[in-house]
Amino acid sequence: MNSPSAALTIGGVTKRFGGLVAVNNISFTLPANKVLGLIGPNGSGKTTMINLISGALKPSAGAIHLHGDSISDRSASEIATLGLSRTFQIVRMLPGLTVLENVQAGGVFGHRRMWGTELREHSRALLQKVGLQGVDDTVVSALTYIDQKRVELARALVADPKVLLLDEWLAGLNPTELKTGIALIEQLRTEGRTIMIVEHVMDAIRSLCDTCVVMNSGAKIAEGTPREVLSDAEVIRAYLGDIDA
Amino acid sequence: MSNADTHGDTKPTAFAQAMLDLRESAVLSGTEKRNLAICAIVAALWALLPLFSTGYILSLGISITIFAGLATSWTLFSGPTNYISLATAAFFGIGMYTVAGGVNLLPYPVLILIAAVAGALFAALIGLATLRISGVYFVIFSLGLAELVRQVVSWGQHVMGTSSGLYVLVDRSDSVFFWQLLVFTLVVFLVSWWIGRSRLGFALRIIGNDEVVAVHCGINTARAKVTLFIISSTFAAIAGALVAPRWSYVEPTLAFSPFLSFQVVIMSLLGGVHRLWGPLVGVIPFTIMWEFISAKFPSQTTLLLGVAFLLIVYFIPHGFVGLIEDFSRRRSGIWAALRSKWQAKGGGHE
Ligand SMILES: Nc1ncnc2c1ncn2[C@@H]1O[C@H](COP(=O)(O)OP(=O)(O)OP(=O)(O)O)[C@@H](O)[C@H]1O
Ligand SMILES: [Mg+2]
Repeated sequence: MNSPSAALTIGGVTKRFGGLVAVNNISFTLPANKVLGLIGPNGSGKTTMINLISGALKPSAGAIHLHGDSISDRSASEIATLGLSRTFQIVRMLPGLTVLENVQAGGVFGHRRMWGTELREHSRALLQKVGLQGVDDTVVSALTYIDQKRVELARALVADPKVLLLDEWLAGLNPTELKTGIALIEQLRTEGRTIMIVEHVMDAIRSLCDTCVVMNSGAKIAEGTPREVLSDAEVIRAYLGDIDA
Repeated sequence: MSNADTHGDTKPTAFAQAMLDLRESAVLSGTEKRNLAICAIVAALWALLPLFSTGYILSLGISITIFAGLATSWTLFSGPTNYISLATAAFFGIGMYTVAGGVNLLPYPVLILIAAVAGALFAALIGLATLRISGVYFVIFSLGLAELVRQVVSWGQHVMGTSSGLYVLVDRSDSVFFWQLLVFTLVVFLVSWWIGRSRLGFALRIIGNDEVVAVHCGINTARAKVTLFIISSTFAAIAGALVAPRWSYVEPTLAFSPFLSFQVVIMSLLGGVHRLWGPLVGVIPFTIMWEFISAKFPSQTTLLLGVAFLLIVYFIPHGFVGLIEDFSRRRSGIWAALRSKWQAKGGGHE
């Protein structure tokens, strides 16, 4: 079932909140070194799916495997140490810490554990990589929203994750920033990182993703290459229906 | 990278990791060396106190020393996590009763050790059971805890048919007593400093900022919190064991007094809980003021403690340290600060 190249395997995962089925019997596979796009109208269950994978929520049913290890019954901190990192749809900063410390936070007890000089140097390098220079010792509240998103990405990368989950990391960027943002993810992709992105920005989906999974009202309605799914009748109906509603 | 063997899929053993951490943390920065030197000088000067003064001043010095230790160890846990613990008295009392109960059976140093172990075990038990509850529930629980232990001890004494208290007769001069406490407080300081610059200390700060982020960074939050709670509580138990001989007569109402817990919290908040030296800055003026108040208005102490608490929380929420740091920042850039304040005010009206 778990082919050796599968980084992440989602098998029949369901999540209920009381009567609401936010994620309904979803299955898909994220192959290693690939980028998978998880798309769908608002409220279709994408963030819930990310929460289930990262361990922030426990599935009501189904199994999730990370490189063959079952993670659906593990705590979020264990899952992180096994090599899964994520960002949040609404940025979560550590307001009492400096920019550099915010990044370092990901590497103290993460998948790759570092401390001292090694952690500091590695975190600095990642801040550079995401395009933030000369703000190491600034308080994070002084940063713009976009820069905070960069910090969060650096924090997710510092522990050298096997799988990276990005929840609408490109949302809220202006066209110029969007270009930079897409280029940055493109760079991660060419490095061979395994990424799952949740996005509403279709340009990003088209240019970045190897495969796409489309959700609507908790269920998977399509899967395939971006070109395939974006021309799928049901997908179009889901999106247009969403706009009509 | 120098220690590439620690990366990737092969995790180092806990021991190897601890050794690496130790090697890394043994390297002191210039500022750290300077701070340690200052700390050593202050402690050495303070240690001279019994040579110059006895009686009232020395007893004031004893109070300051013990409260400095208690407040610093309280802050060790409560500062970074924002869990306000009112359980200091529970552990203090456990330490005290360990000594009181065993003073005729075992040598005093052994009793101190037993007190530490008892405090640690009890803290582990309480920590595992309660650190999942947060915010105000934890505060209430910790307050109830001291009361519960007190009731149990009273009941135990009643059942065993002993009188309401116990005598602790250990021969100690005031000076020796003072030096013992000073060593204790220094140990608390060094341990707090060491933890503050360790992985564990950093993890605690992350937890205090955002627990959701902390778990997604791979931090086992329950373990980190329980560890710190145990260390902090063990110190409180040791403090109780050290103070016991001075009180000579130990009874539950005194040993488990909620008053002590409140005093420790107030002093720490007054000083500031985000710096190692913060609590100390609160302890000194508070203890001196307190001596004065309890001498002048012995029957209004509880009321005044409450008032002090309100004033501190209302007027100096970040403690003296906050004020001091604000001041030094302003002195270095008074105009910049004024201008930004002005702009902030102006912005608020628009
Ligand atoms: N913790 C929760 N408790 C109850 N209901 C929840 C919870 N989290 C999400 N939901 C519900 O589950 C459904 C899916 O929400 P989710 O946030 O996963 O959608 P999404 O696809 O990420 O949407 P968006 O594109 O707006 O971010 C929504 O109806 C939401 O209200
Ligand atoms: Mg979402």
